[in-house]
Amino acid sequence: MALITYREALRTALDEEILRDENVVVIGEEVAQYNGAYKVTEGLWAAHGDTRLVDTPISEAGFVGMGIGAAMLGLRPVIELMFWSFAYVAFDQIVNNAGCVRYMSGGLLNVPIVIRGPANGGTNVGATHSHTPENLLANMPGLKVVAPATAYDAKGLLKTSIRDNDPVMFMENTLLYGEKWDVPDTEYLIPLGQADIKRAGSDVSLIAHGRAVITCLKAAELLVAEHDIDAEVVDLRSIRPLDEETVLNSVRKTHRAVVVEEGKPFCGIGAQMASMIQEKAFDDLDAPIGRVASLDAPAIYSPPLEKRQLPDPQRVIEKVLRLS
Amino acid sequence: MQTVLQSPGESRSTINDHLTKADKIRLLRDMYRIRRFEQTSLKYYNLGRMGGFLHLYSGQEAVAVGTISLLNENDHVITAYRDHGHALAAGMSMNECMAELFGKATGCSKGKGGSMHFFAPDKRYWGGHGIVGGQTPLGAGIAYALKYKRIPGCCLCYLGDGAINQGAFHEALNLAALFQLPVIYIIENNGYSMGTSQKRSSAYKGSLAERAEAYNMAWDVFLGEDLYEVRNRTNIAIERARKTQQPTLLEIQTYRYYGHSVADANAKKYRTSEEIEDYKSNHDPLQIFAKALLDEEVLTDADIQEIDKAAKEEANAAVAFAEESPLPQESDILADVYWEVDNQTDAAKNGSYFFNT
Ligand SMILES: Cc1ncc(C[n+]2csc(CCOP(=O)(O)OP(=O)(O)O)c2C)c(N)n1
Ligand SMILES: [Mg+2]
Repeated sequence: MALITYREALRTALDEEILRDENVVVIGEEVAQYNGAYKVTEGLWAAHGDTRLVDTPISEAGFVGMGIGAAMLGLRPVIELMFWSFAYVAFDQIVNNAGCVRYMSGGLLNVPIVIRGPANGGTNVGATHSHTPENLLANMPGLKVVAPATAYDAKGLLKTSIRDNDPVMFMENTLLYGEKWDVPDTEYLIPLGQADIKRAGSDVSLIAHGRAVITCLKAAELLVAEHDIDAEVVDLRSIRPLDEETVLNSVRKTHRAVVVEEGKPFCGIGAQMASMIQEKAFDDLDAPIGRVASLDAPAIYSPPLEKRQLPDPQRVIEKVLRLS
Repeated sequence: MQTVLQSPGESRSTINDHLTKADKIRLLRDMYRIRRFEQTSLKYYNLGRMGGFLHLYSGQEAVAVGTISLLNENDHVITAYRDHGHALAAGMSMNECMAELFGKATGCSKGKGGSMHFFAPDKRYWGGHGIVGGQTPLGAGIAYALKYKRIPGCCLCYLGDGAINQGAFHEALNLAALFQLPVIYIIENNGYSMGTSQKRSSAYKGSLAERAEAYNMAWDVFLGEDLYEVRNRTNIAIERARKTQQPTLLEIQTYRYYGHSVADANAKKYRTSEEIEDYKSNHDPLQIFAKALLDEEVLTDADIQEIDKAAKEEANAAVAFAEESPLPQESDILADVYWEVDNQTDAAKNGSYFFNT
């Protein structure tokens, strides 16, 4: 085991996969010579050179689409978006091309691409740079969506995503890049579609993905210390494919659920969870399902206000206490 | 069609001949105000008083001040995220700009937009846009509306040398040329997009602006360090746009002194200290214009020092204003999302707009 950052975990995943498979190529703005805008790819260009680490112009529609085309011919491009917010200029490529060519070709094609980068608010960069499109992309059959909350998950999930034969939208978080977790020294993979119980508990299930998992873990500590409520924290890890069973089993045990996400509420991940839980485990519920999401407006800049806009442990606790 | 603007014999417009002594002093003052505003904002950014990114414009001042000084009440401005210079040049106050950086309710965007998203439609300044190239179709749209309303104005739309590689920009160029829109695209070519040099980001023949040829659009390339020259060359395009609704692509060569943003950890790695020093010492737009005015005996060294001092004082006063100003209220987070809701119209009474959990 080694205590490493989320950023280093991603980097070692990329490094190992570049070495393992000659078809893996990392493409994006400032990924090579600059060592990555957020230093995820630091050192990789020095180690692997120009063919494996490719700096691009600021042409997301172009290089995302180029990656999709190359994937159709068997490369395994890992496209870095400096922010997932910039995917919006490449939306057609992601949705219509990565998401639909397999279907429209009657299964003749597949697109083994990973598109990765940070998708989070909380850094006061304003509405244009703070989007959290996991719900939008998970809404598109054909795309997979993954959002790791820890360094361990980031590494194992990224390696699996690169080996996956479908397009995987991999959502990271700039606020997690510098956080450290224990990660095994030996190789491991984490399958997509497997949720993880980050904290076992008996009274309420807190269901989340990405950094909201960390928020839930903090809330769980406070709930047990201050309110004698023992919360279970379910980390979805992968949103599509979704591990419905782990979520449902947790709810069957605790009989209460609060879904927490940093995205906006309308048609959010929480809406999907709530619908799924009430449909499949209605009789197990002792209370309506609660949701905590970002306040329903574009991301505000003002730093103290943006803190209030995003879910924090206090809002999770209040929601849990309000479940009758 | 002769697409290069700068044809022989047409190399000077007479625009600078009309400048009064007071005009010239104001132009110099405006550049000093931008420089000092930004240096002051940097100090407080480093003290943790603001969040997010801070993209400084220092080194490029003659472009914003020179071009925007040519505009009248029918003309408009839109730019990218490196927007403080254009904002001040367009007449926004240091107070509202500094308060925006501090995230205060008195900021130009009520603390909602931050450094990259300054707005002042009353000054015909349409932002401050964070997505690279995102403002370029908007520039065409403003020009479209001007033409539609038969207003004899134009829109100056700024972008970086990296932004020219966004698809949206190419679509906007084609639309502007096809529909003959009075928009002037100004590539502020500071040589780098983040850590990527022009050579590593763009395929081009002689210049970036030459891409206009493909759209049969007029274009020009010139140095942005001399404010007179910036005004001179830009005015040709502006006159054209106002009189004949024709678009232009200008490439103005300039330089940024600081990193891409203050968070640019590699600011001194992808370019040499010598290169940066050379620009600061030999190509500084403030020094060059100050020297021109000294030579013309428009002002004295003491006057320049006075202008500089006043700019610093104004920036410090703006900090005091920002610090004393209130933060937005938590309820403000949900305001300014929909016009109908903000104005409590009948339309806002039907259906739910917000879905807070
Ligand atoms: C669509 C999009 N991609 C990437 C970015 C990140 N980014 C912001 S500015 C920038 C460099 C732009 O360089 P340039 O156009 O030359 O303008 P300059 O910063 O030099 O003024 C990049 C890559 C962004 N904001 N939007
Ligand atoms: Mg540039």
